[in-house]
Amino acid sequence: MNLFFQQIINGLTLGSIYGLVALGLTLVYGILHIPNFAHGALYMVGAFMSYFFMTDLGVHYWVAMAGSAAVVAVLAILCERLVFHPLRNSPPIHDKIAAIGILLFLEAVVQMFWGSDFRRLSSPFTGIMNFDGLIIPEQRLLIIVGAFVLVIALQLFLRKTMTGATIIAMAQSREGAFLVGIDANRVAMMTFAISGVLAAVAASLYAPINLVYPAMGHLVIMKAFVIIILGGMGSIPGAIAGGMIIGFAEAFGGFYISTAYKDIIAFGLLVLILSVRPQGLFAKGAH
Amino acid sequence: MLKVEHLTKMFGGLAAVNDVSVDFEAGKINAIIGPNGAGKSTFFNLISGLHQPTSGRILLDGVDVTHMPCDQVARLGVGRTFQTTNLFEQATVLDNLIVGHRLRTRSGLWDVLINSKRLQREEKAARDKAMEALDFVGLTHVAGQFIADITQEERKRVAFALALATDPKIVLLDEPAAGVNPEETEGFAALMRKMVDNGLTVCLIEHKMDMIMSLADKIMVLDHGEKIAEGTPEEVRNNPVVIEAYLGGDEDAAA
Amino acid sequence: MLFKLGSLLMKPGAKMALLAFAIVFPFLADNEYQVYVMASAFVWAIAVYGLNIITGYCGQLNLAHGGFFAIGAYTLGLLTADAGWSFWPAFVAALVMTAVLGFFVGIVSLRLKEHYFAIFTLCVGFIIYLLIDKWEELTHGPIGVRDIAAPSGFGLVDFTETTPFYYLVLAFLVFSIWFMGRLSRSLLGRTFIAIRNGDELAQSLGINLMRNKVLAFVLSTTYAGLAGALYAGMVRFIGPEEANINHTFDMITYLLVGGIGTLTGPLLGTVGIVWITQSLQFLEEYRMIIFGPLLVILVIFFPRGITGQFLTWMHHKAQSLAPGKKRRESKVQTASAREAENNA
Repeated sequence: MNLFFQQIINGLTLGSIYGLVALGLTLVYGILHIPNFAHGALYMVGAFMSYFFMTDLGVHYWVAMAGSAAVVAVLAILCERLVFHPLRNSPPIHDKIAAIGILLFLEAVVQMFWGSDFRRLSSPFTGIMNFDGLIIPEQRLLIIVGAFVLVIALQLFLRKTMTGATIIAMAQSREGAFLVGIDANRVAMMTFAISGVLAAVAASLYAPINLVYPAMGHLVIMKAFVIIILGGMGSIPGAIAGGMIIGFAEAFGGFYISTAYKDIIAFGLLVLILSVRPQGLFAKGAH
Repeated sequence: MLKVEHLTKMFGGLAAVNDVSVDFEAGKINAIIGPNGAGKSTFFNLISGLHQPTSGRILLDGVDVTHMPCDQVARLGVGRTFQTTNLFEQATVLDNLIVGHRLRTRSGLWDVLINSKRLQREEKAARDKAMEALDFVGLTHVAGQFIADITQEERKRVAFALALATDPKIVLLDEPAAGVNPEETEGFAALMRKMVDNGLTVCLIEHKMDMIMSLADKIMVLDHGEKIAEGTPEEVRNNPVVIEAYLGGDEDAAA
Repeated sequence: MLFKLGSLLMKPGAKMALLAFAIVFPFLADNEYQVYVMASAFVWAIAVYGLNIITGYCGQLNLAHGGFFAIGAYTLGLLTADAGWSFWPAFVAALVMTAVLGFFVGIVSLRLKEHYFAIFTLCVGFIIYLLIDKWEELTHGPIGVRDIAAPSGFGLVDFTETTPFYYLVLAFLVFSIWFMGRLSRSLLGRTFIAIRNGDELAQSLGINLMRNKVLAFVLSTTYAGLAGALYAGMVRFIGPEEANINHTFDMITYLLVGGIGTLTGPLLGTVGIVWITQSLQFLEEYRMIIFGPLLVILVIFFPRGITGQFLTWMHHKAQSLAPGKKRRESKVQTASAREAENNA
């Protein structure tokens, strides 16, 4: 029973991280129709920024996380301005290749400064909480709560603020948004910034129980793609639900089936789903 | 020639085309008009097989093509143009047109490997066909130019030529005169008459009313996916239902 | 200056000159290592030609290409090292294996459009990597495969030596390019390009999308398998890293720099970049600091790479040189002569 509960915690933890990364990816896709292959690199830079702020500048975990989020948000905006914006009318293959270029660049830069060694981000939350025999490490609890708070905050932002409303409007209909006079550039930059913040926070939350290294974004971004295909490209609830599905599938699959192959579960699932339903699981209609 | 019976297409509960029946006669210019979002392009997509209809039948010279895939419909003689035609910008006009005749050829990978007689024969045929189509639309002088270097009007003519290179019996033209000036519009009208004179059947979607009224033999009016009128330009012009639909908030009414 | 060099390359004799250079290269090289580097550049170039079919001509970004390269390498490696096959039967098996797997992956993945196809193949590439890494009973996992057979020689020719192997790879490269040239000029190649221009337009021209896309995909994976098998025969020791996604990214870089959808682009890009990274050793590890932004700049400003840019320039030069009779038939001729190159 305890082991089972442990897997639920693991599933929630993984699902929270995947969900946050997938949220950023799906927002960008929904608005600009770019599958941002560089999103995993933003996640990776987020982890390294937190690491840098904590070990080299000696600031507190929370401050490091905030600083990392700010840096990555700026980086994401730069990507939008310098790369994706000029390519908005190019053939669809171009923005994908450009995204790969960004990814390769960011990885090489990080590797130049920090090498390709595995590093560990220390967190002040190293304790273990014991609820009547049920054991939850503090950091995992923090991840789950943190992700929950972020999602709520994002929802509030999207539903209650003017900027948020324009993002939603543009995600629903690009042409429509232009007609009613929405500043598409501002919305695009804002969306990229949000996706960067989400990636950086997710990375900073997850890094203390995982490792920090230049290629750490590869698996995460691929899984995030699986998640948003599962949940419907551009759908916010879909990204959260998809994140949880993959998180739980991995936690339980890794425990009950095979640890070695747990990473393959997400991709196997994707191959299966797309083989049966080329337009994704929850995608509406065929268009 | 082309007979459409009770054609319906639903997109997630909404009818983009609703119970449309129409008969396009051979050797005529048939126009489809209607306000934006009336389902005109969807109607073309259904006929050409890009979309599968929800219900209804499409008969081409008596052959049921309702559920045929697009490429087969093309082989049976339905050519079409799109509102925008993506071509290979850094290749010559002629190069872009040669593939138009591909559907009448059979060479495969093996022919390429051994450079078979059949491949050589078919490539010559495809090239000749491309030149013929280019000549038909009056563009032989730009055959050697890159697509990127020709004018907007010439691009539109290339799109026509591409459809003609498929050896169609009927051509579906989606807004052939959009974005060109009045003189050029007249040129396209003449081109369409020439197509009909050469035994083709033309079916076009167009917003330019002046052109339609003087050009079309028969007009079908769509509104919200439904056929609201059909007849000669004269009949359609005086039809109160059509006037109502157009006055219902569309600028085209002024035209 | 550059253009002078370029127009020289366009001359019919240029191809022969290039080939002659490749043939005498082992005698010009300072040492065996340079011959080895050139041979490996040729191997990668073959794989990049494969990527050019599906991505350059047909317009579908295939991110599993490195995975198929690895499948070719592992098929050859495992059959010779573990099953005791000799090189050539295993070589044929590697080609068949990548073609057959390419077919099955193709019929599933090519039903997907644009982004979905790219993401799907990214995942397929990763599944290939994971399987190679984790399926230790078959692949030896991270330990890799050792003692892979070299091609059996003929008479005095011994392919375990670098120079004979170099010529073997060169022969395959020449065949690959020759076939690609023929393909790109043919109706079949034009069919692929029509698909790149747009699915809907291609269909309305009577082109069967699925059949042609799968054909292009199988051709491309077979090229990858050919390159992978040659690679395994050359290095004779392979590991899961052969399937690393970075190999696919490298190949995309070679293709973009040389010229996507052109005939000489894959060769120029691959050989050029391999030599640049070789001669600037410090670049090896950090080369992506330069090539990453280079990819971005290329797709924004020169989407058809060196070769494409050059061809466009040549075309315009020919146009402006044709005296007096503007836009005349004669130019159709000059254009057609260059078509072989451009037509991709």
